[in-house]
Amino acid sequence: MPGFDFSNHTRNAALHARGVPLPKATSTGTTIVGCIYNNGVVIAADTRATSGPIVADKNCEKLHYISPNIWCAGAGTAADTEFTTALISSNLELHSLSTNRQPRVVTVMTMLKQHLFRYQGHIGAYLVVAGVDPTGVGLFTVHAHGSTDKLPYVTMGSGSLAAMAVFESTWKKDCTRDEAVKFCSEAILAGIFNDLGSGSNVDVCVIDKDKPTQLMRNYIKPNERSKKERNYKFQKGTTAVLDQKIITREEIGRYVTVHEIAGSDSDSGSLVVVEKMDVDDQP
Amino acid sequence: MGPDMATAMLGEDGIHIDMNHLKKGEVNLGTSIMAINFKDGVILGADSRTTTGAYIANRVTDKLTQVHDTIWCCRSGSAADTQAVADIVSYHLGLYGVMNGQDGPTTQTAAALFQELCYENKDQLSAGMIIAGYDKRHGGSVYSIPLGGSLHKQSYAIGGSGSTYIYGYCDANWKEHMTEEEGIKFVKGALGEAIKWDGSSGGVIRMVVLTNRGHERHLYLPDNGYTGPGRARPATT
Repeated sequence: MPGFDFSNHTRNAALHARGVPLPKATSTGTTIVGCIYNNGVVIAADTRATSGPIVADKNCEKLHYISPNIWCAGAGTAADTEFTTALISSNLELHSLSTNRQPRVVTVMTMLKQHLFRYQGHIGAYLVVAGVDPTGVGLFTVHAHGSTDKLPYVTMGSGSLAAMAVFESTWKKDCTRDEAVKFCSEAILAGIFNDLGSGSNVDVCVIDKDKPTQLMRNYIKPNERSKKERNYKFQKGTTAVLDQKIITREEIGRYVTVHEIAGSDSDSGSLVVVEKMDVDDQP
Repeated sequence: MGPDMATAMLGEDGIHIDMNHLKKGEVNLGTSIMAINFKDGVILGADSRTTTGAYIANRVTDKLTQVHDTIWCCRSGSAADTQAVADIVSYHLGLYGVMNGQDGPTTQTAAALFQELCYENKDQLSAGMIIAGYDKRHGGSVYSIPLGGSLHKQSYAIGGSGSTYIYGYCDANWKEHMTEEEGIKFVKGALGEAIKWDGSSGGVIRMVVLTNRGHERHLYLPDNGYTGPGRARPATT
């Protein structure tokens, strides 16, 4: 049958009428901040991703690349921040190639707000846009509904109140690079410790007018897992051995088929570990 | 459609849609804005508070937006909607200015553009706007476009949630053909009261003076009881 199938719409309407809630998206209940300084701009983010009350990722990346000198920090629906920044980044590169010019921060901000406004808030992307371009330094916030603000220091996400409290009490104008990094990381730490939706580590990105952009992944790790002092394993010999019987491979081969697995004895040398995941080590 | 089309429409599938309410988490300009005519042109004024629910998302917002050289608007309602509308009008006026050269668009033309957008999309927008401008043909003029998308030419206009508190003040103190000094005092006095009584308004008072000299910005801080620093940027054309 040619044409579109709208049966899912009828199903969804019926489910909605019966009060069935929509599935939950992974949201970055987040703290993200930005702050300009005398020769550039700094943005920072925490690294916790949540799905309802569950921490979905303890060390996710919320700083997104737009162009070498323009970066974005994202809060809200994780998938939406990821895909909108990727889309704008792609379109911006084509734009800069066809105009033979360095991309501007206002261009990114305008593309984002027009894209988000078209979707009337259904794309849940709350972004801090920061960067340097030939016109100078730029720092903006873009809300999911398409409104924008331009400020010398900004915060967004569920931890924005805690972070803004830090900025409002410590921020100074015309600060240096190091001071701006300090303001931003302190603001994120306030979010990590005082907001349930934020946690784990601090990511920082420094965009300077005259230096290449520095992405400082896990700039501060205030929640490092320490080695467990005790474990639940029983000591060898806790249970007395009363009897022992060894069954050889040949013997068990009579009942089941035994296969040798290739590379089972080599310690996974062919696997390439990109980024080591944080898992509980057995002591 | 029922008598009040804008509120609580019932969708085909029985899902309730309430278009007149701000969407959850939307950035709101719970605002005090105004624009007045005076002897040499117009003055626009606004507070600087932007809210998301109970949180102040921006305490130094600029709600006075330029859409052409000497045509500006005051924005109230949804921040996203009013910015989008102002951006579109700004684009059309920019094109009009380039295509027709010389004098550029009149305030009336700009206001008509605003009305077109606000009326035709009334179901989807929450935007209350005041348009004020200076042009060679008409001098200064002030237009108000409230929520439904109607257009009113007025000698002065007030808008936003804080405006309800200052109808009396404005009516009692309004004079035609004020001087610039008197005009600034009127706007500052009115917005000062609006900020005082309306919880959704606050921060600094911003003003723009539009005359044949171009535009001039003013800023008044709460730190010194809205007395200064005053004129912020020299006139440009």
